[in-house]
Formats: sequence, structure tokens, C-alpha cells
Amino acid sequence: MTSGDAFDSTLTRVIPSRRRRRIGEYLWVFLLGFSIVLILAMLGVILGDVIIHGAGHVSWTFITESPRQGLAEGGIYPAIIGTTFLVLLMTIAAVPLGVATAVYLHEYTPAETPKQAWSRFRTAEGADRRKLFGTVVLSLLAKVTRSAVANLAGVPSIVFGLFGLGFFIQFVGGTMDRLTQPAGEIVWGQGNLLWAALTLALLTLPTVIVATEEALRTVPADQRAASIALGATRWETIRRIVLPGALPGILPGAILAISRGAGEVAPILFTGAAYYLPFLPESLSSQFMHLGYHVLILSTQSPDVEATKPVLYGTVFVLLILTFLLNLTGVLIRARTRTKLRSGS
Amino acid sequence: MTKSVRQEPEPAPKIEVTGFNFFYGELHVLHDIVMDIPEKQVTAFIGPSGCGKSTFLRSINRMNDIIPGARARGAITLDGQDLYAKSIDVVALRRKVGMVFQKSNPFPKSVYENVAYGLRIGGVNDRNVLDEVVERSLQRAALWNEVKDRLNTSAMALSGGQQQRLCIARALAVDPEVLLMDEPASALDPIATQKIEELVYELKSNYTIVIVTHNMQQAARVSDRTAFFMLGKLVEYDDTNTIFMNPKQKLTEDYITGRFG
Amino acid sequence: MTVPGKANLARGVRGRFIRDRLMTSVFTGAGWFAILFITLIFAFTFREAMPIFTDPEVAREANLHEFFVKQLEGERMEQRFVWQPVGDIPKFSFVPLILGTLKATFVGLLVACPLGVAAALFSSEFAPPRLREWIKPMIELLAGIPSVVLGFFALMVLGTWLQEAFGFTYRLNAWNAGIALGIALLPVVFTISEDGMSSVPRYYREGSLALGASRFQTAWKVVLPAALPAVFASFVLAFGRAIGETMILLMAGGNAAITSWSLGDPLRTLSATIAAELGEVVFGDPHYSALFFIGTLLFVITFISNSAGQWFIGRMQRRMQGES
Ligand SMILES: Nc1ncnc2c1ncn2[C@@H]1O[C@H](COP(=O)(O)OP(=O)(O)O)[C@@H](O)[C@H]1O
Ligand SMILES: [Mg+2]
Repeated sequence: MTSGDAFDSTLTRVIPSRRRRRIGEYLWVFLLGFSIVLILAMLGVILGDVIIHGAGHVSWTFITESPRQGLAEGGIYPAIIGTTFLVLLMTIAAVPLGVATAVYLHEYTPAETPKQAWSRFRTAEGADRRKLFGTVVLSLLAKVTRSAVANLAGVPSIVFGLFGLGFFIQFVGGTMDRLTQPAGEIVWGQGNLLWAALTLALLTLPTVIVATEEALRTVPADQRAASIALGATRWETIRRIVLPGALPGILPGAILAISRGAGEVAPILFTGAAYYLPFLPESLSSQFMHLGYHVLILSTQSPDVEATKPVLYGTVFVLLILTFLLNLTGVLIRARTRTKLRSGS
Repeated sequence: MTKSVRQEPEPAPKIEVTGFNFFYGELHVLHDIVMDIPEKQVTAFIGPSGCGKSTFLRSINRMNDIIPGARARGAITLDGQDLYAKSIDVVALRRKVGMVFQKSNPFPKSVYENVAYGLRIGGVNDRNVLDEVVERSLQRAALWNEVKDRLNTSAMALSGGQQQRLCIARALAVDPEVLLMDEPASALDPIATQKIEELVYELKSNYTIVIVTHNMQQAARVSDRTAFFMLGKLVEYDDTNTIFMNPKQKLTEDYITGRFG
Repeated sequence: MTVPGKANLARGVRGRFIRDRLMTSVFTGAGWFAILFITLIFAFTFREAMPIFTDPEVAREANLHEFFVKQLEGERMEQRFVWQPVGDIPKFSFVPLILGTLKATFVGLLVACPLGVAAALFSSEFAPPRLREWIKPMIELLAGIPSVVLGFFALMVLGTWLQEAFGFTYRLNAWNAGIALGIALLPVVFTISEDGMSSVPRYYREGSLALGASRFQTAWKVVLPAALPAVFASFVLAFGRAIGETMILLMAGGNAAITSWSLGDPLRTLSATIAAELGEVVFGDPHYSALFFIGTLLFVITFISNSAGQWFIGRMQRRMQGES
């Protein structure tokens, strides 16, 4: 390409290189798209493997009978019931408290940043000063709580298990036993349904709080103002305007948090899950079987892996169905409100 | 447009404002406001934007209470009762002094539930009472004929002008005595604006109305009295005719003739 | 005091007023209760680890020197850092556990970061909207797989496949555990990166396209750099998640607390150690305190990495708000 004409030479230099670049770009975009394919393939392989080996083993007897023959035969009824109880208790403990905490943070603590409140406090005088000090403290508290909650959402679940053992079992349960069991019997000072549920509730609490506060933020301020201008108290505004408006955001957030809690095993390892119980939990102080824990036991403690494999796959299948149903509900609700919001605006 | 010269004696003031000051934190936005707002008449607030009209309006039903750092000094009385006294129940106050906002803000509920909202929070759940009040309020807001067949559809589906009249109906449903309107027509097209103006004219036989507007013709058309604000001060307050035909202050005249603002 | 027929503004609606006050107390109470528990989580995890500093009995066997520094003497000793908490002379070296954690985290991030960012870039810049509406729920579905299931899959299936394909000596090793971990981290990297990329204002792209840049150049040279804080955040948060992930590593890591740099060797992470041993430990034992100290360590590391991640996310939001 050594043409004497300068104009010609730039042309010939530019055109092929641009075409080459185009092809290179298509390759890159193809690679990016391929990464999606790869991820979806992973999902497909895992689900496919579980469905192929697990679905066939799930039968009426499998989900209604207790394990037999050292877990290698029979069903997983106690684990299904145990998981259900656990998730219900966890939900009862986590969702109302999480929603209430988010409402407190968003609707009751000062909207100002601590910095703004502090600068007002410094210039205020007289009676205002004491009130403003409260504002400064509360807005600081809200800020610290928010960041603690956001960070807690990422603290490993095994740490929650440690906390459950150290706090609920040793401290609370131990104290309860000391006060109520003169004979020194251990009733509450060991793992049980209640402690496991509370541990899981603490694990899901930050997720519920964060999702709820995010949903509260989407309720327009002018709707709050309209309600207040009509003579509604703060509580009436929250109950009739804010919470209904935020519900489409709270619901999927809470359901996704519950679904995550339903699949967690690390927090219940030491707080109440049992290896094998032929009976169902009778009270809050009973131990319980759990689908996820059962998967762990079957795949790591089984003396004969091949013999327990069908039960293992069946259990994984049931666990996945449970968490996916919860997950799917949350994802669908969220997708529906998203499209609704888009078409509404 | 002609306006009959009033022969009747000055009506009793519904709202009396004396030495009223307002602060957002350090920002002093209203300075020593003094004015009487007459009963069952329309009083318009005009002035360049940022001069404190909305702030003053919101002080009359204490909507500013919810803004952090907001402080009021001086007195506003409604029927002789100091609105900033300790004994005042702001909830009761806001039911007596209704408010319509610049941007229409219906709740994402049905037309019916929007209007019934104020009654429901007041504990009224009797369907007959609600039906009656909803119909009456919508009629007063000149909206009944347009929505009577779709009371149960979402208020969000109404047009902008209809939404604003719905907000007026919603405010009327709790039976207020004073109606505060903050540029209620500024986001509407001319036809919807005209409807609102006609409505204001109708309503004044029953309600004391205070309306903020940036539209001088609107003030001239709908109001009996006009207050001109600038930089947080009440510059001039008089009969609307006087303000527009024969202002006493140079500032007022400049503003009205469009020399600034 | 009030004239009849005139507005009565004295406090009237007692019931509503009281209910409002009551609900204020309820919400305040709930808020403080939750705050109390959050504080307790910090306090109690630390409290149970404290004896290694305060109790001389415990501190004799389990202390910082033992955890991080001490090596066993002897020429023919293959393993110089040893975690062997049960025995006549318990040995509490964290070094093999830390190494195991780092190896698994390394492989996990190696899988998740490039794949997650590439997928996010594709989804936000090249995927047609219809496809995008499918990708996101699919990734959420992936995020919804409990980690015990991923651990199970790596243990029962993936390990064998990898061994057959690459001829590893050990079926359970850092590659196996790390890849399963990577699957768990993928949704974290994808979601946060994608959020960041989608929050880049449209005029950024339009400006670039108007200058004659191709879509790929725009994605690569404009969107990705603008979304860099979010991408960083996703890496940091994935790191935090990897450090703390337990079940996958417990099941698929091979459970061998050995000091080895090889990714083909089995491993034992800090988190898996707690899970494996806390069940059998004697309360108040040096071993018990050592496990809680590991928990404290995990807590502090993840807390710091999460704060960093949140900071990057906040930076991303400020950047996009400040400029859009
Ligand atoms: N919530 C607020 N916080 C601080 N300053 C405010 C607030 N609302 C209004 N202001 C300020 O008070 C002044 C008056 O505002 P406003 O009453 O809205 O004026 P107008 O309605 O006449 O346009 C303006 O300078 C405005 O910036
Ligand atoms: Mg205004």
C-alpha cells in the first residue's frame, strides 16, 4: 500500500482496518452474549441433574412417610414439616418486626442528615435547643442503624449460627432453665425450633428492613401531604396511604428474604436441626428435621452413598421446589409491579 | 371585566394575621405579615416566585409543621383562636382548613375512595352517609356529571383537570370552612383552568378561599381581595379592583404591569 | 371560649389522637428492639471469643500467637502450620484455614467476576428488552438456589466431572469448591454491575454514538468506565460473600486443613471449620473460644468489605445523580 497519492493512501488504510475492527467487535459482543449462555447453562445443568435424578423418586409416600433404614429408604415427611414450621415461625418473627423497623426509620426518625440537624442545633437557642438535641441523636441513630442493617445483610450466615448458639441457647435458654428448672434439667438451653427460627429471623431481618425502606421511599411525598392536609394523623397516613402504596415493593422483598431463609442451613446447624427424628416437633422446644440439613447429612454422613442417592436427590428436588416457588412468587410480583409502574407513568 | 362595587359592610375577618414571621432554619422567609382575610370571599396572593406565598399559605393550616427546622413567630387566628397555641389540635385545624396543592395529588385509589378518605379516617364508615357526602362533594366540585359512572375506577385515570377538581372535592368532603389553594391551575390547560376558576367563584358563597396564583389575570378574575408579596414582605393588600386599577405602591404597579417578575 | 357555629379547634378527637400516640410507641419500640438485636449480634459474637484474651486457662492454648504465627519445630515435619484442635496437645494454627479460604475465594472470584461483568454488560447494552426481561429473573432464580444445593451438586457431580476431565489427584479440591462458589457469587456480581450500568444516563451513550462510535465502543469505553464504581462494589461484595460462604465449602472442599498452595489439593476454610466443629465442642473450651474468634474474624472482614461495597455503590449513585 505505497500509493503516491496521499488521499488514496488514507482511504485504503482506513477502510479495511475499520472492517477488521467491526468483525472484532462482533466477536466481542458474541463473547459477552456467550457468558449469558454459559451462566444459563450452569443453571440448566444443575436443575436438569436434580430433576432427572430426583423427580422420579418423589412420590406420595416419599413426602408423607418418615425415613427408614438409616435414612436410605422411606420418606422425608418430618423434614418437610420441620422446614415448614421453621419458615412460618421465622416469617412471623422477621416480617412484622422488619416492616415496623423500616417504618420507624423512614417515617418517624428525622428526615434530616445528622450534619444538618447538628448545624441547626449549634445555632439554635433556648427551648429549641433541647428538642433539637433529640433530633440530632435520632438522626444519628437512624444513620448508624441504616448502615449497620445494610452491612448486616452481608454478614455470613454461619456467624448468625454462632450468635444463635451464644445468645439464644447459652444466654437466654440457659437463664430460662436456671430459673424454671430447679432439678437442673435442660429444656431451653439446647437447640430447638424456637431458637433456630429466631436465628433465621435475625438473618432475614436486614433484608426485610432494606426492602421495606426502599419501598417506602417510592411512595410520593405529595400523597403523604394530601393525607395530612385532610386531617389524617401520622398513623392514619401510614396505614391508609403509605403501607398500601409500598406493599407492591414490600411483598416481593419479604418473600425473597423468606425464600433465602428457607434454604439456609448454616444458621441452624447448632440451633436445633436434628439428624433424625421419627416424630414431628411438638412444641417450640422440640428439635426438628430440615430439608437442607437432611441434604447435608445424606451427602456427607451416609455410610453408603450409592444407597442413599435416590433419597438424597428426592430431598434436593423437594427443597428446590419449595425455595423456587417462594422465589418465583417474589420475582413475579416484582416483575408485575415493575411493568405496572412503567405503563402507569 | 367589571366588578360591582361592594356596598355591603366589610365582612368579619375569618383569619387575622398579626406580626407573623416564618423561618426555614436560619432563612427568614416571611417578615411581619399583618392582614385580615374576610369570610366567604376569595383572597388572592400574588408575587414573584420564591417570595413566600406558598409558605404563608401553608402556615394557615400548619402544613409547615412537618418540615424540619420550620419555625413560626407571631400569630394567625381563625375565628379568634390562635392557630399556634398549645391547645390547638392540628388534625382538627386541617379539617377546618382544607388545602389543594399545585400539582394534583389524588391517592392511587378509586374516585369514590379518594373523596371518602377524609370521612373514613374520621371514623365514618356508614355506606349511606359516605355515598351522600361523596356525591355532594363531587357536585360542589363540578365533577359529578363526569365521573358518576366511574366512581370505582382509579383516580389516576382521570385527566389533569379532573384530578385537580377531585382533589377539591376531596377537600370539601370533610366540610372545611376555609379552602387554601396553591396555584391550583398552574399545571392545567386553559379550558381546565377556566373550569377551576368558575368553581372557585361558585365556592366562595360557602367557603373562605385563599388562592395563590402567578397569573395576574386569574387573580383579577376570581378574587375579591388581593395581596401582593415580595421578598417575604406584604407590599400591598387591598380590594382586587384597587390593586389592579389603582395600586398605591410603585412596586405593585411595576409588578402588575409586568415590568419585572 | 369558642363561638357556637364557629370552628372548634381544641383537642377533640381523643381516640384518634391516642391511637396515633400508641402506634408511635409501637413503631419506636419495634425500631429500638431491632436496633438492640443488631447490637447484640456484635456483642455476643465478640463476647464468646473474649476468653482467648481474658481467661488465662484458655489463653494458654488458644491465643493470637498460636493462631497466626506458631509453627511446629522439626526437620521432617511436612506440615508446619497445623490446625488440630482435638488431641493431647491441641494445635490452633489458622494459617491452613486462611489459605483454604483464600484459595476457594480466588477461584470463586475468578469464575464469577469476568463472567458476571460480561453478562451484565451484554444484558444492559446489547440484549433486546424482551431478552433482558428473561435474563434478570433467570439470574434471580440462580441466586435462589440454596447454597446447600450447590454444595451437594459440587460434591456429588461436579467433583467427578472435573476429576475425569483434568485428572486431579483429589476429587474434592479448590477448583471444585471454587467453581461451585463462583456460581453462588455470579448473581451478586451480575446484579450490582448491571444496576450500575443501567443507571448510566442515556445521554452518555447518545453522546458517544453521535460522535460515530460503535455500540461496542460505547459500551466498552463509555458505559463500563462510568459504571466502574458499581463493578468494584460487586467484586467487593462478592468477596465478602465468598469469605463467609459455608455450606458449599463444607461439602465440596474436601475438609483437609492442610497448608498447601495447590488448587488441586483439598482444603478447609475458616467458615467450614466452624460448621464442622462447633457441634462437638465443649462449651468454654479453648477450642470453643477459638471457633468464636474465627466467627469474629469473619464478621469483621465481611463487615469491612460490605462497608466498602456500600461505599462504592453510594459513590456510583452520587456520580449518576450529580451528572444526570
Ligand atoms: N422546605 C423548605 N426549606 C427551606 N427553604 C424553603 C423551603 N420551602 C421554601 N423555601 C424557601 O422559602 C422561600 C419562599 O418559598 P415559597 O413559599 O415556596 O415561595 P413561593 O410560593 O412564593 O414561590 C424561597 O426562598 C424558598 O427557597
Ligand atoms: Mg409556591
